Amino acid sequence: MEEMERIHTDIPSVLHAEKMDKIYPGTKALDGVSFDVYKGKVNVLIGENGAGKSTLMKLIAGIEQPSGGTMTMDGEVVSFPDVDAARRHGIGIIHQELSLFPNLTVYQNIFMARECTRHKVLIDDAEHVRRTKAIMEKLEHPIDPYTIVGDLRVGQQQMIEIARNLIQDDLKILIMDEPTSSLSEQEVQVLFKIMRELTAEGISIVYISHRLEEIMQIGDFVTILRDGRLVASAAVADIDVSWIVRKMVGTKKSYPKRKTEVDWSKRFPVLKVKDLCLPKKGGGWLLNHLDFELRQGEILGIYGLMGAGRTEIFECIMGLHPEHTGTVELDGEPIEIHNVTEQISRGFAMVPEDRQREGLVQTMNIGKNISLSSLASYAKGIFLDAKQEDAAVDKEIDAIHIKVADKKLPILSLSGGNQQKVVIGKGLLTDPKILLLDEPSRGIDIGAKTEVFEIINHYADEGLSIIVISSELEEIEAIADRIIVLSNGIKTAEFTRDEVTQDALVHASYQGHTTHKAS
Amino acid sequence: MKDKHSLAMVLLKGRTLIVLALLVIFFSLATPNFLTTNTLLLLAKHVALYGILAIGMTYVIITGGIDLSVGAVVGLAGMIAGGLIQKGLTLEFAGVTLYFDVPLVVLITVAVGALIGWLNGIIITKFGVAPFIATLGTMYIARGFAMLHSNGATYSNILGNAALGNTGFDFFGSRILGIPVGALILAVIAVVSAALLMKTTFGWHVFAIGGNSKAAKLSGVKVNKVTILVYIFSGICAAIVGIITASQLEASHPASGETWEMNAIAAAVLGGTSMMGGIGTISGTIVGAFVIGVISDGMVMCGVSEFWQMIIKGLVIILAVIIDQFQRNMEAKMALAARNEAKKEG
Repeated sequence: MEEMERIHTDIPSVLHAEKMDKIYPGTKALDGVSFDVYKGKVNVLIGENGAGKSTLMKLIAGIEQPSGGTMTMDGEVVSFPDVDAARRHGIGIIHQELSLFPNLTVYQNIFMARECTRHKVLIDDAEHVRRTKAIMEKLEHPIDPYTIVGDLRVGQQQMIEIARNLIQDDLKILIMDEPTSSLSEQEVQVLFKIMRELTAEGISIVYISHRLEEIMQIGDFVTILRDGRLVASAAVADIDVSWIVRKMVGTKKSYPKRKTEVDWSKRFPVLKVKDLCLPKKGGGWLLNHLDFELRQGEILGIYGLMGAGRTEIFECIMGLHPEHTGTVELDGEPIEIHNVTEQISRGFAMVPEDRQREGLVQTMNIGKNISLSSLASYAKGIFLDAKQEDAAVDKEIDAIHIKVADKKLPILSLSGGNQQKVVIGKGLLTDPKILLLDEPSRGIDIGAKTEVFEIINHYADEGLSIIVISSELEEIEAIADRIIVLSNGIKTAEFTRDEVTQDALVHASYQGHTTHKAS
Repeated sequence: MKDKHSLAMVLLKGRTLIVLALLVIFFSLATPNFLTTNTLLLLAKHVALYGILAIGMTYVIITGGIDLSVGAVVGLAGMIAGGLIQKGLTLEFAGVTLYFDVPLVVLITVAVGALIGWLNGIIITKFGVAPFIATLGTMYIARGFAMLHSNGATYSNILGNAALGNTGFDFFGSRILGIPVGALILAVIAVVSAALLMKTTFGWHVFAIGGNSKAAKLSGVKVNKVTILVYIFSGICAAIVGIITASQLEASHPASGETWEMNAIAAAVLGGTSMMGGIGTISGTIVGAFVIGVISDGMVMCGVSEFWQMIIKGLVIILAVIIDQFQRNMEAKMALAARNEAKKEG
């Protein structure tokens, strides 16, 4: 293994985390990661989805407990059994998803669970309002303390989150988990200005972001994680974007490469999408005039960062957003999309991204989860033909190698990889023409990933047309015949298997934020 | 270790039946008259009423909802059936009063029950109102209409008139070969609805909605349609109970069925139906209904006051849910253990 690049600096570290581990049932989210928070600096943490960035921050903020490793502050070992303990050590966190109370006022939000009181009983609202005004003034967002937070714009709400952490007198470390994902360009610049002021006061910031260009602008030190492991760390002054991309992506993983010698231009386009638009609530586009097509037996990859609009494409095709505009042609015929049931009967099948929330019915057994989408085809009269259903389920279990002792067992008795195969099997049992896979390898171990990709390859070879969403570069490079890249709802690039490089994919994945498509 | 686990699970799963058996043994020792054919038939007649309500309720609870309107629908259905027999249907614009024969009266009453169920379903699915609130609203509305129907008075002696051709309503309160008709209806509904729940596409869609409605929708389940059908079924069950009650008493009282929805919920929960949705059986609910019935009838025969009955019923329900929780935790642990074992082998 190559020598790990490390930071060499004289700047003192406020918090040192040594060899942190975090094990969740089924996965190791963090594996021996060491991390330093340097005083008065912006410490950037970067990595692909699922690399372990948020997990590491949750350990430092006391939201979750490490499975192993130690943290030291000022030479003393510390542990944070809860958020309150971390807060007493001067650690504050701004979550990726805002965690405000939309039903309460600005000042109530800011002082929630750290209320000022008179005689230890009475709430001192006058003091709350006075200090809220002062802090919002400082943040250059003089919002009326009595405003209901739910009425504010997202960018303003973000400022409330920051204010909430700043009222802590002895704030030493402020963790910001993708704070800019919902901000406008102008709000981002205000945020950066505030960050510089905070670091000038000696507060250390831990900054998580997907946006590489931001890191070069605001970061002092950068630490890169991949698959729960520390990959490299460096001073931002010593590196450039392509260094980050190389480190983020890595080269050591390999997936079964798809081998096809097909002239795709001769294959029939089973699905043609033209001018697909999905409006965003409150203006703008989730999907901005997209065109793409899928040929028979082809695997089309969709690459993009979180929030780029990947999942929304599938949701439009499956009939979850009847408000979308544009035309969709199936087998050369334009179709009107109304609802999921209709789309399944037309030959679409989707494997959703969030297996637990959208893929499985946890109260039903393995077999029923597999047959759920295709139950109607086993009905004789009004009753289900149990024999026929069992036979179909057994055949599917066999076809995609789900390791199961008894299909009557609860679905949660399976490993993540086998649960995922159940969701894929459910889709395949409807005998689809087009299979949509949203992050099919999310949260499963490497062995199961390989198996899932073998299944995808196998069905494509048999003539099934497949679209795969993935945010893992090696993955999409290995599996897809053609890749389109989304950024900010815009299709920024399209590559064939021979053209694609990982650098080009990464580059295209943040282009949608800077180039504005003429409308 | 494994055997110990599975024995414990068998005991846990059969707990309501075990409780029922223990209750029957206890009461037959406490009062010599309890274990007689007559008492048991009377028990079946009582249980039939909230047993049928509880079957509809079980469907609703499996989808993750609740139906508070069923008690009021019992009252309204009784008033409609009784009113149609005694007063007929007066069409003022035509100046005539129509009298229907009993099968048609039953059909109209059941249709009204279905209509209220449909309303519940529409309010819940199309307008996104929480089932608790939606059915609380229709509960008041149905009860109000029941009262309005006669201005709060009782229709007594609803036996019909041979000259009008509408006699025979007392059939539903009578006995065939000594068995109360209500109990027979319960048996038929139980068998049909159990088959519907376990052996049809519709039934499994009901389970899927309660287990994870988002996944169900993405799997192509018509969530709204199935949910509406379930509330219609619950409304029909309630209307049938209204007819049986009125027939048994040979009178319709607008306040009848008050708080019966609570007995129905209690029976379903005692029978292992999860209030979180996704889990439940008809057989469990029937056993649950009999547990409540045996407690009530048995304590009456022992001379225990009605007030103590309420207290004991409350305790039994809470205990049942605590044990239920215990079972769920145990099952989750076993699933996790199976998963880890599979991992070692894989």
